[in-house]
Amino acid sequence: MIRAEGLSYAVGGVPIIRDLSFAAALAAPLLILGPNGAGKSVLLRLLHGLLRPDAGRIEVPGPQAMVFQRPVLLRRSALENVLFPLHGPEAAPRARAALELVGLSAMADRPARRLSGGEQQRLALARAAALAPRILFLDEPCAALDPAATRAVEEIIAHLAAAGTRIVMTSHDLGQARRLAGEVLFLHRGRLLEHTPAADFFTTPRTAEAAAFLRGELLWA
Amino acid sequence: MLLQGDPGFRRIVGLSLRVSLTAVAVAAMIGLPVGAALAVARFPGRGAVIAAMNALMGLPPVLCGLLVYLLLSRSGPLGQFGLLFTPTAMVVAQAALIAPILAALSCQLLQSLWEEYAEQLRSLGISRLGAVPTLLWEGRFGLITVLLAGFGRAAAEVGAVMIVGGNIEGFTRVMTTAIALETSKGDLPLAIALGLVLMLVVLGVNLFAWALRGWAQRSGH
Repeated sequence: MIRAEGLSYAVGGVPIIRDLSFAAALAAPLLILGPNGAGKSVLLRLLHGLLRPDAGRIEVPGPQAMVFQRPVLLRRSALENVLFPLHGPEAAPRARAALELVGLSAMADRPARRLSGGEQQRLALARAAALAPRILFLDEPCAALDPAATRAVEEIIAHLAAAGTRIVMTSHDLGQARRLAGEVLFLHRGRLLEHTPAADFFTTPRTAEAAAFLRGELLWA
Repeated sequence: MLLQGDPGFRRIVGLSLRVSLTAVAVAAMIGLPVGAALAVARFPGRGAVIAAMNALMGLPPVLCGLLVYLLLSRSGPLGQFGLLFTPTAMVVAQAALIAPILAALSCQLLQSLWEEYAEQLRSLGISRLGAVPTLLWEGRFGLITVLLAGFGRAAAEVGAVMIVGGNIEGFTRVMTTAIALETSKGDLPLAIALGLVLMLVVLGVNLFAWALRGWAQRSGH
């Protein structure tokens, strides 16, 4: 269960998130949708604790992990990247298992930064998965990837979700949102306009903004 | 003279290398962590500290030598150790001269690395100061160039080692002080020979570092 109450966040006096409240059980992946500049990524960072809200309360249980739009990999081998945040005798087998999960076992000893874009993002997913997070935040994880790599990443996310990891992610790709989402938060100009099951959101949006967004007519907040 | 390998000549070259390489090692142990900490830390007066460090990059060697002289002279605070006019004093002077250079350059280098890594490392639960060892390791290939800059400055300076070393034949005479002395005595062939060796040494060290970087890049880090 994650909960946000009266969340507000501004940068230089410009409000990015305005008085936002919601609670979600996360039984199925929660997709944060909205036009560019709606505040999706900022909301994700607030929930994960990378940003501190100006007002409001957040309850998110740990352990958490996050995967960013552009994978941030260390200048080391793929395996060492997964091992980096791990400790203890279980570290090595967990790292190996995570690489196996994302299909990069054969690349374990390759320098991480020499991998392709899709492989790098899968490696970032492996690093996050190896932490065995209760909640996994994903910020536009496929925004820079080609369709094949996108599909591979989606399969990993779906697999993690099926295995019990709670997923909270942003996406600008409506097809991807349809494929993955169980619930949708629809943001517009920093406000939460809809919080509905995905099936309802995509068929019968309640707000005019959401309907325009689904028709592809609302691209900028 | 170069080819015959005159023992006095060899001793001068050897001491030069020993003093300057030790000075780089000592300065690195202080300067690199300080530079990395300044790259990640946020505190009031940080800008002033960085500006002061940048200013110290231009510290005249003779002034640095004078300060170390006062520190190590019989009546100085560290006079009891009797270090003045020893190779150790020369190491201290050169390390003091280049530590600010290493700190300022590494700070600049690691700041851009920190911008790339900050969110990811915080997401993995690593504090700002906890990120210092990671940043130093991630920046290792760039830091080689920083160390080279420090070595070049240390090996080429004459004022500081002249003051604290005393240019004692067979004991604290290094290439630069020998060149200065032989030139004033009119023994130009010896001065020129020493100058050539000094340049060869600096060139050799740079080539080695260049090869190391090239190897690192080819191996994909």
